[in-house]
Amino acid sequence: MSMNNQGRPSAIPANSGAFDGVTGTVTGNRGLQIEEPLIFEQDSAGRTGVDLPDVPKVASRLGAVKPRAKVGLPGLAEPQVVRHYTRLSQKNYAIDSGFYPLGSCTMKHNPRLNEKMARLPGFSDVHPLQPVSTVQGALELMDQLAHWLKTLTGMAAVTLAPAAGAHGEMCGIMAIRAAHEAKGDSGRTKILVPESAHGTNPATAAACGYSVDAIPATADGRVDLEALKAKLGPDVAGLMLTNPNTCGLFERDIIAIADAVHEAGGYFYCDGANFNAIVGRVRPADLGIDVMHINLHKTFSTPHGGGGPGSGPVVFAESLAPYIPVPYVTHGKDGFALVENAGEGPAFGRMKAFHGQMGMFVRALSYMLSHGADGLWQASGDAVLNANYVMARLEDVMTASFEGPCMHECLFDDRFLKGTGVTTLDMAKALIDEGFHPMTMYFPLVVHGALLIEPTETESKASLDQFVEALRALAERAKSGDVTYFQAAPRLTPRRRLDETAAARKPVLRWTPPVVAEALAAE
Amino acid sequence: MRYLPLTEADRQSMLEAIRATSVEDLFRDVPKSARLAGPIGGLPNHMGELEVERLLGSMAAKNVPAGSVPSFLGAGAYRHHVPATVDHLVQRGEFLTAYTPYQPEVSQGTLQVLFEFQTQVALLTGMDVANASMYDGATSCAEAVMMANRITRRKKAILSGGLHPHYRDVTTTDARFIGFEAVALPAAPTGGEDLLALVDDKTSCVVVQNPDVFGHVRDYTDLAAACQAKGALLIVVVTEALSLGLLTPPGDMGADIVAAEGQSFGNALNFGGPYVGLFAVKDKYVRQMPGRLCGETVDADGRRGFVLTLSTREQHIRREKATSNICTNSGLCALAFSIHVSLLGEAGITQLAQLNHTKAVQMADKLAAVPGVQVLNDGFFNEFTVKLPKPAAAVVEELAKRRILGGVPVSRLYPGAMEDLLLVAVTETNTDADMDAFAAALTEVLA
Amino acid sequence: MTKKFTKDHEWVLVEGDIATVGVSDFAQSQLGDVVFVELPEAGRELEQGKEAAVVESVKAASDVYAPVSGTVIEANQALVDDPSMVNSAAETDGWFFKIQLKDASELDALMDEAAYKAFVEESH
Repeated sequence: MSMNNQGRPSAIPANSGAFDGVTGTVTGNRGLQIEEPLIFEQDSAGRTGVDLPDVPKVASRLGAVKPRAKVGLPGLAEPQVVRHYTRLSQKNYAIDSGFYPLGSCTMKHNPRLNEKMARLPGFSDVHPLQPVSTVQGALELMDQLAHWLKTLTGMAAVTLAPAAGAHGEMCGIMAIRAAHEAKGDSGRTKILVPESAHGTNPATAAACGYSVDAIPATADGRVDLEALKAKLGPDVAGLMLTNPNTCGLFERDIIAIADAVHEAGGYFYCDGANFNAIVGRVRPADLGIDVMHINLHKTFSTPHGGGGPGSGPVVFAESLAPYIPVPYVTHGKDGFALVENAGEGPAFGRMKAFHGQMGMFVRALSYMLSHGADGLWQASGDAVLNANYVMARLEDVMTASFEGPCMHECLFDDRFLKGTGVTTLDMAKALIDEGFHPMTMYFPLVVHGALLIEPTETESKASLDQFVEALRALAERAKSGDVTYFQAAPRLTPRRRLDETAAARKPVLRWTPPVVAEALAAE
Repeated sequence: MRYLPLTEADRQSMLEAIRATSVEDLFRDVPKSARLAGPIGGLPNHMGELEVERLLGSMAAKNVPAGSVPSFLGAGAYRHHVPATVDHLVQRGEFLTAYTPYQPEVSQGTLQVLFEFQTQVALLTGMDVANASMYDGATSCAEAVMMANRITRRKKAILSGGLHPHYRDVTTTDARFIGFEAVALPAAPTGGEDLLALVDDKTSCVVVQNPDVFGHVRDYTDLAAACQAKGALLIVVVTEALSLGLLTPPGDMGADIVAAEGQSFGNALNFGGPYVGLFAVKDKYVRQMPGRLCGETVDADGRRGFVLTLSTREQHIRREKATSNICTNSGLCALAFSIHVSLLGEAGITQLAQLNHTKAVQMADKLAAVPGVQVLNDGFFNEFTVKLPKPAAAVVEELAKRRILGGVPVSRLYPGAMEDLLLVAVTETNTDADMDAFAAALTEVLA
Repeated sequence: MTKKFTKDHEWVLVEGDIATVGVSDFAQSQLGDVVFVELPEAGRELEQGKEAAVVESVKAASDVYAPVSGTVIEANQALVDDPSMVNSAAETDGWFFKIQLKDASELDALMDEAAYKAFVEESH
């Protein structure tokens, strides 16, 4: 069997009950932490949180379809709804409240100006199918964003359509395939992907019908150029490479890599997830990249929102520019125009219902304008400086996986925990009690028990110092053999370690009305 | 620069700690030929808030907001009133600036929201379970087809001519590159397709939309049973989620998968995105489902809590064997959806759906009274198709000059075809005066 | 009756021309809590070394390869209902499927228990 033993523990450790966090209050509440039932458990029939006009007395015209009997939604008044979501929000960690060093996720400050701009009615209250003459400003914004993205990457063309990074990857690989097909080259069945890649890379290549061939890493955490060359040939459609890579390192051989891929007739796809490390300092076109997606929610700070929405524009070099999907903005004789149908050119198709994540475009452009060329230069510099500082201050107590300098994130593995009984996961959970969001754990897969730290440029030195001191103390504590302390962590959170095994064995994925639940249980 | 806390003194002391000579020195692994010497050319330098507001405000001012004029556009995006509470709550930093809830102990807020969202979507669609959302309705539709392919181990989808053409295009784009067959029927502005006749032993699924892109509502109960008898699944697409507050839901008709656009609840028009894809299935298909799922469990103290679950289906574990390459959902849009639906509740959603429907009936009658205009629908929810005596695109431009956004010309969705058809959507935001103004302006334009 | 092991941590127990297949106790200890198994249906032809089943813990999904070629005659339904048996009884009640052997000589290349034990100690 193939075995992924990098998976983190999912059951609750035996010692975890050592701290009693529940009792002590009648309500189960603990000061500012207030327990909150499901909305379905607060239902009162007929109650509502909206006041609507009376329905005009008109005969309905539903054709052959019957009106439904009931939906089964609960009724709550507005103050209950406000309290419900406010209490729930207080159970979340967030960038607004603390340091979020989640490697490869880029949790930087989300400026509120961007929120305000996205809510201007001229952007937020515009229908995607309004006459083009009534949305010239929206098209101008898309055109401006495209200009910034092309300038920052040195690329010839951009599509704004993809809804997220992974969607952008899909778009890029489709363009590569369309380009090979247009040349009548049907023998290219493989995409090369380094072992350290994000999971989306092999998933995308496989989804697009390519077989995935993994390229090993060298001892210094980079792509093995010779191994790559050995795999290149007339059957390779392209290479997907993240740069800076997922170990937080810049691929020194990148130009030689690009040349080798091009010589073999393939295209070079760059996963731009880590573009924030080099934005404004290095143009991907100068590295030989043919196509790259950009996560606006990382590099350009559109909010992560608890898991989306993202936005994943894709930039293309001249060689792939003809194959971008619809829709896209052009300059027409009466101002901006919108090409919406694939039949109008060589575009390979459509990725999304409308024009892309407009709300995210406004936020990203607002971020770009705020920073400007000088601010972006400083931002990527500070991001890299912060990561190297954290690495320098921890490498004597933790084990850095590779030699620096790193780029925007630094990678440690669990060798420093060897023999302590404490795992990477335990360290992460103990950090939570110290008031920090954990770093990324168990990714990338190329090192054992990975701890990937990305501070971002929006953290102050004081904040980094506090984090470093906490982590140093925890590393010492682990080495001193205090396993129990770690296994019981976190102690101070709204919920303690959750039983993910039970959740996966007997999935409960929705609330069920009590009567139905009883009937199901009786079966 | 207001977003960067490091001072020059900080930078110097940090460089000393690293034993580096300069920040540029940290970029030494970048090939020299690719390193810029200073800030990139061709772009302006940083701006204060006021300047950014001025610049973006001037762009925004060049658009005609749908709410500033009588507006009757639909075709997959609907202008509904969003209660003030929704936007206030989604801007709480704990929701707005949190990551995907991979650390459940400090993400119970987002997780409980997702669990409630999944339940709301399951209830609205009449299905057993729903996921934590997809990018949008069109991508949900394509993912539903691919899921049906996996379940049936067949590779041919039949797409109704009533399916939104953009949803069709997203699905056929995936078909081309991912390698399955998608047979798209010609547009059917008056219905009358025989979908079942096309179902054979290679067919994985039939995709219908309800209400369809021309606004027709249909009962698909018989089609569902007939598809299933031939080993194929029925996928029902819904682009106007509010219709689920009034119409028999797809689940009750026997649908296997529902793929829907949830923008109508809580989300502004936003010129087309971000929106929130809904995805609901029968229980037995859960493990073949794409996207994130939140499940209930207990913590170390035995208290109820929530976690992301069944994640072995996903790309970060299964890599090239994942059910889909999807990595994000539409978290914040799903939150907005959920808050709006919570505010509405059972009573509110029913009333709102009825209000939309009856206003649309009134509008249809007003337009039918305009000389030369014919309403094509017998049954509809809040959107219908009218046949005009002139090309609809030109009529819409004329209406825009009179400051009325009078619907979507069908030819915008089907270039060069059905040029005399116009889609008209009516919601609770349209007043009686709006409707009268629209009918009067149309009379004038057609005269 | 012979029990053999593969380098990919499957075990195979042969009785006559029927082979019972599962994953080793070492494998289950590495997987963590198993939450789901997907087994091949009866009648499916399996080829040595090719994917035959899937075993999932919360954070990992692994393919189980066929240690020998043959036709599936039975999948362990009890394991589908209670996947935790992979953890509690990996090499007994937690078997995955039984196949009708196609070529008994394929067994020759596999390790016996002692060799497998040594292999595990050496490589992990």
